[in-house]
This record gives sequence, structure tokens and C-alpha cells, in this order.
Amino acid sequence: MNVGKDLVAASATPLVLAILAEGDTYGYAILKRVAELSGGELAWTDGMLYPVLHRLERLGYVEARWGSSESGRRRRYYRLTKAGRAELAAQRKQWEMVNDTLRGIWEGFLATPRQSLGLATGSVSRGGSS
Amino acid sequence: MNGEAPLEALVALWRDYLKRHRSVHSPDVEELEDHLRAEIATLTAAGLSENEAFLVAVKRLGNLDELSREFAREHSERLWKQLVVGGDGEEESEAETSRRKELLVVLGLASLAALAFKIPELFGVHLFARDLAAQAFYARNLSLFVFPFLAAYFVWKRAMGSGGIGAIAAAFAGAALLVNLYPFHPDGQTLLLTFVHLPIALWMAVGIAYVGGEWRSRARRMDFLRFSGELFIYYTLIALGGGLLSAFSLVMFQAIGVNVMPFVSRWLLPCGALGAVIVGAWLVEAKQSVIENMAPVLTRLFTPLFTLVLLAFLATMGWTRTWISIERNVLIGFDLLLAVVVGLVLYTISARDPEAPAGAFDALQLLLVLAALVVDSLALAAIVARISDFGFSANKVAALGENIVLLGNLLGAALLYVRFLRGKVAFTILERWQTTYLPVYFAWAWLVVALFPPLFGFR
Repeated sequence: MNVGKDLVAASATPLVLAILAEGDTYGYAILKRVAELSGGELAWTDGMLYPVLHRLERLGYVEARWGSSESGRRRRYYRLTKAGRAELAAQRKQWEMVNDTLRGIWEGFLATPRQSLGLATGSVSRGGSS
Repeated sequence: MNGEAPLEALVALWRDYLKRHRSVHSPDVEELEDHLRAEIATLTAAGLSENEAFLVAVKRLGNLDELSREFAREHSERLWKQLVVGGDGEEESEAETSRRKELLVVLGLASLAALAFKIPELFGVHLFARDLAAQAFYARNLSLFVFPFLAAYFVWKRAMGSGGIGAIAAAFAGAALLVNLYPFHPDGQTLLLTFVHLPIALWMAVGIAYVGGEWRSRARRMDFLRFSGELFIYYTLIALGGGLLSAFSLVMFQAIGVNVMPFVSRWLLPCGALGAVIVGAWLVEAKQSVIENMAPVLTRLFTPLFTLVLLAFLATMGWTRTWISIERNVLIGFDLLLAVVVGLVLYTISARDPEAPAGAFDALQLLLVLAALVVDSLALAAIVARISDFGFSANKVAALGENIVLLGNLLGAALLYVRFLRGKVAFTILERWQTTYLPVYFAWAWLVVALFPPLFGFR
């Protein structure tokens, strides 16, 4: 499935924060985890993760430190901070709210698709005339 | 497989390309490289060849230009060049500690220079006591308060050997002995000349320290010239800020009825002015690879303007048929004009790509030099006439000597420019002329400092 660019961008922050909530990790592993969680559907351009991580670092949601990889190369590890945890909780609430809202309307579609569609157009025209 | 570059070479190429983006710093490069290598490892484990794995991994990482734009958006400050005292974060801790150490050395030396200025007060020599002898003392020693510390900074930075240090120390010690043992007349001309020329003479000692003792090297001499120009600009900027700081302090404390004028004029201004020389030098050193140098930009801006003014001056003279009227300080004025023109030529040369072919700007440069030569020879003729009427004085001889020194430089430059524009010599000859000429200025300054006072009876 092709997820829209804006949606990918918007979901990046909660996704990265949530993955970091599972434990300290580094960029490549975060991408692997994203692929794993989404079954490979949520594809980012790999490099774009890093500006996101740096933004989160600047905002104080994550901390970075240099460690070393199993092959001995320097590797940058990220850790969720307290503020990051709070932000994650806040984002989670927002996303759940959006999700619930959408679910509410979509479940209506599923139950009586035609009628709800008719209602929807009706409401649009009403909205336009008022 | 034949024709396949080894992985390391490919990664190195990729890294170099990435490094060229200003917004991506070396820790970012390292982080991305770690990512790239992890991806390559995964792909080769899945059966791809190293080359294939590299290509796929690079592709997945995304377009580097877009990536660098993303970095730029996140770190917009990076496009505004980075002259930071602290460096960014945990990057290269070794370089970080050495930078910190350098900062401490610089601040230490700057404080020493500032304090040195106040030490004579312990012995009752007060600059602000309207004491002519004290003022004379400060006038002849001014550069000795700061240049030794500036030289010490470069001696430390370039890790110079004892031979070089000895020569530099001898220059400072010799100068200190000379100017303090000479029985100057407190309001004589020779004292004033020493005040002006000693800094130039001692600038040579600073230069030897700056080039780390390699004073024979033309390239290093050119570096020193560039450094001098940049330091001048930095110093001017710092001085502006210092003036602002002083003005604010005065006004703010006045608002609560406290007069801080004595503190500002006796401590803040003089100590700041001396310490700023060291700090300015350090800034030039620290940022030389970071920002485009300012001096060449300014010369580009002012070469045409100065040329215009000189040509307008000549045209007006011809139109109104007036002769240069020689008054007291006119000679000094023309010396300054020549010095400015030499400076413009020098910094244009220092910034020019020696390989580039002769262009319109080179012709303009020649025009500037020629105009300056004409204006100056008119002034010189007038001055010589005046000297033959009224006789010699220390000031006149010094000014005349300076004029000849600068004129010699410009004549040589004009000649070489003509030959260069005709395609007869390479541009490096012009550079070489300037670096070869450098010792002449210093020799003249030492001559004035060492010989003029006894020659003119210390008056």
C-alpha cells in the first residue's frame, strides 16, 4: 500500500518515540523495527530518519550518545527521555482520538454504506447552503 | 569480479560526497555511514555482492541532496557559518579538548596583555594623570604591551623551537631597550615616529611567530599577509562592539547615579583594546577554514571606488588647474593613500586564483595603481620643493621615506601588471613581488625606530 507522504511524516514522531520506549537503539535498528511492525508497508527513505531523530533530540525527547557496534564502529544510540515519554503519551492520546473518530464514521459506512453516503452528501450540501 | 571497485573505496567516495554538504556535519556523516554499512551487511548476508549491496543501500538511504536539505531545515544555523567556541556536542572529543585548551591559552594571554598595561601604574606611571612623561612612556611602549603575548600565542600554537623563540624574544627585548633607553624629548617628533613605527617593526616578530619560523617560505608570508588583513577587520568589529559596551555601561550606570567613567576609561577601554588583539588573532585562526575571508571581498568592493576617486581627483586637478597645496600633514595623507592602495593590491592578489587568466579586474587594478602613482608623484614633487625651501625634519624625512618605500612597491606592481596583462609573465610573479617586498617595510620601520631618534637628537 502506498501511504501518503504527509501521513508518513506525521506518524514518524510517535512511531520513533514508541520504538525507543521499547529500549535504547540506533537508527538502522529503528528502521528495521518499523518495517517489521508495518509488515514492510510503511516505507521511509532511510536517510530521512536521521533529521527526525535530530529534531527529537533538539526538542529534548531523546538523548543520543556514541557507543560502538558489534563490529567496533562508532554508533550513535538514542534513548527516550522523560520529556519524550510524556510526549509519547500525549501523541498517543491524539492519535487514538483521531483513530476513534475515523473508526466511528467508518463503522457507520460498513453498517449502512449507501445511506451513510447519502447522509454525507446531504450534510455537505447543507453545510454549503448555510 | 573485474572492474568492481572494492567496497571501502566506494564508501569513501560516498562519504566524501556527503561531506561536501555544508548542512551535514561529520558526526552525521559517521552516523549515516554506520547505517549504510549495516544495510550493506544485511544485504550481503542475503546473498548480494558487495557492489550490489552498496548500490541498493545508497538508493534506500535516499537522495543525498534532499537529505542534506532536510538536515539544513533541522539545523538551519549550520548554513550560517559555524564559528563556535564549544563545537557541537560530543564530536571528536580530542579536537574538542585541544580547542578548549587553546581558548584557555588565548584568554590567559589576552588577560596578561590587559594586565601588563596596568603594571606601570604600580610604579607610579599613570597614563591619565596628565603627566607628559607617563604619556610618553605609554606612547613608545604601546605595542610592547600586546605583541609579545600575540607572538607567544603563535609560538605556542606552532610549537616553535628554541631558535625561533630566541630570535623573537631578542627582537622584543631589543626594541624595549632601545625605546626606553633613548632620552626622547617628551613632545618631540621622534617620539611620535617611534609610536607609529614600533608596531610595524614588531609586527615582523609577530610574523616570524605566525609562520612558525618559516619566514623564507613565500606561501607562509602570503598567509601572514592574509592574516594581517583579516585581523584588522576582526579588530575593527570587536572595537565597534567594545565601544557600544562602554557607551551602554556609561548610560546605564548614570541612570542610577553612579559615574563609571573612570572605570571605563582606565580599565575597560585600554584593557579591552589590548586583549582584543589576541582574541581577534585567535578568531582569525579559528575560522580561517570556516568562512570566506572578508578582506578580499572588501578589496573587490573598494578597488573600483578608490580608482574612481583618484581619477576624479586627477580630472578635477586638470580641469581647475590647481596645484596640490602642501600643508603640514598632507604628506602623511598621501602616504596613507599609498598604503591603502598597496593594501588593496595586496589583498586582491592574495585572494586571486593564480591560474586564472588576466581579466577586466586585473586591468582595473592596474588603473588604480597607475592613478595612485600619478597622484603621488605630483604630491612628491610638491613636497621635495618644500623640503628644499625649509630644510629637513624627522617627520618630513620619515614621511618621504615611507612614500618612497610604498612607491617602489607600486612601481614594481604596475610594471608586473602590465607584463601580466600582456601575457608575458604568470600571475605568481606578482605574488612573489609582494612577498619579496615585505621585509622592506619592516627594515624601514626598524630604521626609523633605531636610527631616527639619535639622528635627529631625540627631538
